[in-house]
Amino acid sequence: MADINLRVNGSEKKVSVSPETPLLWVLRDSLELTGTKFGCGAGLCGACTVHVDGAAVRSCSTPVSQVVGKTVMTIEGLGANGLHPVQQAWIAEEVPQCGYCQVGQIMAAAALLAKTPNPTDDEITRGMNGNICRCGTYERIRMAIHRAANAGGAR
Amino acid sequence: MSPLSRRSFLTVGAAAGAGLVIGFYLPHGSSSNAEVFSPNAFLRITPENKVIIVVARSEMGQGVRTALPMILAEELEADWKQIEIEQAGASTLYGDQGTGGSASVRTTWDPMRKAGAAAREMLISAAALTWGVPRSACAAENGSIVHTSSKRRLSYGDLVSKAATLPIPTDAPLKQSKDYKIVGKSLARIDTPAKVKGEAIFGIDFRLPGMKYAVLSRCPTIGGKVTNFDDKQSKKISGVSYVGKTSDSAVAIVADSVWGAMEGRRALNATWDDGPNKDLTTASVMASLKQAVSKKGASLYSAGDVSKPRGRRISAEYELPFMAHAPMEPGNCTAHYQGSKCELWAPTQVPQDCRDSVAQAIGLDPDQVKVNVTLIGGGFGRRLEHDYAVEAALVSKAINGPVQVLWTREDDMRFSTYRPASLHQLSAVLEGAGWPVAFTHRIIAPSISGQKGSPTPNGVDPDLPDEAALIYPIANASVEYVMTETPVPLGWMRSVYALQVAFATESFVDELAEAAGKDPLEYRLHLLAKDQDVPFFTNTWHPARMRGVLQLAAEKAAWSKPLPEGRYRGIACFGCFSSYMAEVVEISMEKDQPRVLRVIAAVDCGQVVNPGILQQQIQGGIVYGLSNALRAKITIEKGRVVEGNFDDYAPVRMEESPAVEVYSVTSTEPPTGIGEPSVPPLAPALCNAIYTATKKRIRALPVLS
Repeated sequence: MADINLRVNGSEKKVSVSPETPLLWVLRDSLELTGTKFGCGAGLCGACTVHVDGAAVRSCSTPVSQVVGKTVMTIEGLGANGLHPVQQAWIAEEVPQCGYCQVGQIMAAAALLAKTPNPTDDEITRGMNGNICRCGTYERIRMAIHRAANAGGAR
Repeated sequence: MSPLSRRSFLTVGAAAGAGLVIGFYLPHGSSSNAEVFSPNAFLRITPENKVIIVVARSEMGQGVRTALPMILAEELEADWKQIEIEQAGASTLYGDQGTGGSASVRTTWDPMRKAGAAAREMLISAAALTWGVPRSACAAENGSIVHTSSKRRLSYGDLVSKAATLPIPTDAPLKQSKDYKIVGKSLARIDTPAKVKGEAIFGIDFRLPGMKYAVLSRCPTIGGKVTNFDDKQSKKISGVSYVGKTSDSAVAIVADSVWGAMEGRRALNATWDDGPNKDLTTASVMASLKQAVSKKGASLYSAGDVSKPRGRRISAEYELPFMAHAPMEPGNCTAHYQGSKCELWAPTQVPQDCRDSVAQAIGLDPDQVKVNVTLIGGGFGRRLEHDYAVEAALVSKAINGPVQVLWTREDDMRFSTYRPASLHQLSAVLEGAGWPVAFTHRIIAPSISGQKGSPTPNGVDPDLPDEAALIYPIANASVEYVMTETPVPLGWMRSVYALQVAFATESFVDELAEAAGKDPLEYRLHLLAKDQDVPFFTNTWHPARMRGVLQLAAEKAAWSKPLPEGRYRGIACFGCFSSYMAEVVEISMEKDQPRVLRVIAAVDCGQVVNPGILQQQIQGGIVYGLSNALRAKITIEKGRVVEGNFDDYAPVRMEESPAVEVYSVTSTEPPTGIGEPSVPPLAPALCNAIYTATKKRIRALPVLS
């Protein structure tokens, strides 16, 4: 166990966990930020995607010690000042079915648009291919990313 | 049970607390002075003009929290903006709350309409009495009653206390579909914003004060047991507070965080008795199916005499593997045992089964167990089981406190209940022009219900009547089912046996068309040309409706026009859960592997309640069907499931996801199932396309094995 200082969604947090604890469980269990989801525990499905220094990262396979001194953003922070354009596009395209993977999809899409504000279909596929959706919402995800891009989604 | 039972009167004045209640069941009888109008268990209207509709089925992505209230709101003439929904937990008020069989809309269509219509008529009467005018001078409109001539208007909230004193009509007239204002519209789903904000509470997100987390270490061999366990190392892990057996085959590790419980499990030193199945393999399961081919089967369908016709005989065998549901939210349940009662928060498709099984497991009466239904992160049938609920209750009892049991992805893959592996023998006799004059299909598969100890009347698995219809009215035809047994745990997976039956039937019909030298669309249309009823158990199928969806899909796919160079297509149709579905799959071949570019789907599911949700369900069912067809295969070696995560059981990702076009037949027939019917035609349509491209017939799934 160690006291670890984190910067999550713009505020400083102190947690007492073992340093190898995956960021996912620190977010969900220590900080009660349950928007970030557990899907596979092995970096295979993307349900746990958060931003670390602006990049999409699999929190289930990132030890919390690796994000000390970095900026972590979860879905709770993404929409903290009103819905992010990606979230707005997700609502407009009615993307979610069960919705469980969608937070990870939204975080991946927001990171993609921050880097590539007007992605092509191929760039969207490359950027989103790590995120599994068992409800099969991929086509609407693609449409929502284009919509967000057209609305100036890189915020 | 009629929703208009006399229980209704009791609810007046015994109101639930006001306020938006999405996600959790609040008990009736909480303190409130307001009189609330609640003519039936599905509906409450408050003096503040809130219209609260109770959803008694589970939301797992299929849109019931939106579609079911739409049906009631339509008849109520409610203002959709004033609707709030409440999720029912396990209850005795709503009949069977099991959410499956694509049944939510088709079985609640009438009760929800009648509930809304009765309330509307009572509100009209209340307004007429208030104004001293005849009922016929009043009309319900957008959440108010209007006195037509004077334009006076009272909101439903204004009328609740008077309406609550009136008798409940049992013969309230139902609206004509041409007058619908809500049903048939693509209204936005109620659950979308919370899901997009990360605020939606799935089972895994539920928290109680002081709650612990548990994972279970299970014997990896099917049917094996715990011999011994040493928890010394586990208990050294920070936060681990309890290690103990929950059953003959599992040990629970409880900690104050999920990670602590997982670490505790890794450190557990357990030994197992592998039991009777330690030599079981996929090959031995398939061999047992082959050994059963000579067994007498139960007749599912019989027409004419299949032994008589003479002509050219075509025969083929098809086989399918075990498959896993793999919903994105791994299994979990939160339980709080408190001596004489136990409360659960379960992402479940069967709250009543959870209640009853938990009661039995922990020695309580069912009415001492309260089951709340959370949002479900994908069901696909996996949550028709209630193992997770029983585990949570047992662990909560053992530690005498609240606990959430969580399954990892590997737990989900290896300790699931699987779509049954199956073998199919098909044979047909073609007359001179190539049309079948005899057709037989023998389905050889273990029974899901049979394995669970449920009745299988006359040797028929009770799911087959909804999933194994032969809709082609061939003069001499027979469909038989040979029930086998397997120790591999079986479960109902999206579209259940329809997936296997459609793959075999619709691939074989393509083989017949090929043998006859005819176009596969024209061949099917010819077989469906007669407008005769086709009975199958209690259902009656209509070839004309199947022709309709085939023609619609073919027209939208421009079937009569050639495809560009390098593109190939296949077609298939199937009827299940009372709906008719046809799909055209367009592919290209890349390094001998198919790439699905486009799927054109047409459905006849009667009256469409919400076209937007319908499109979602069909798009999603097709992607699910594609995952099933391409790679879904659970392998058994040494009595254990081999696959463990999304690397070796790999669903379709965005790069493989096709463009899907969805078309529906305009219909005012009562609504039928939509969650599952799009799954079965995908695999045969895909394999028929692959045949067009390669002249190789795929007779075993998965395609990429």
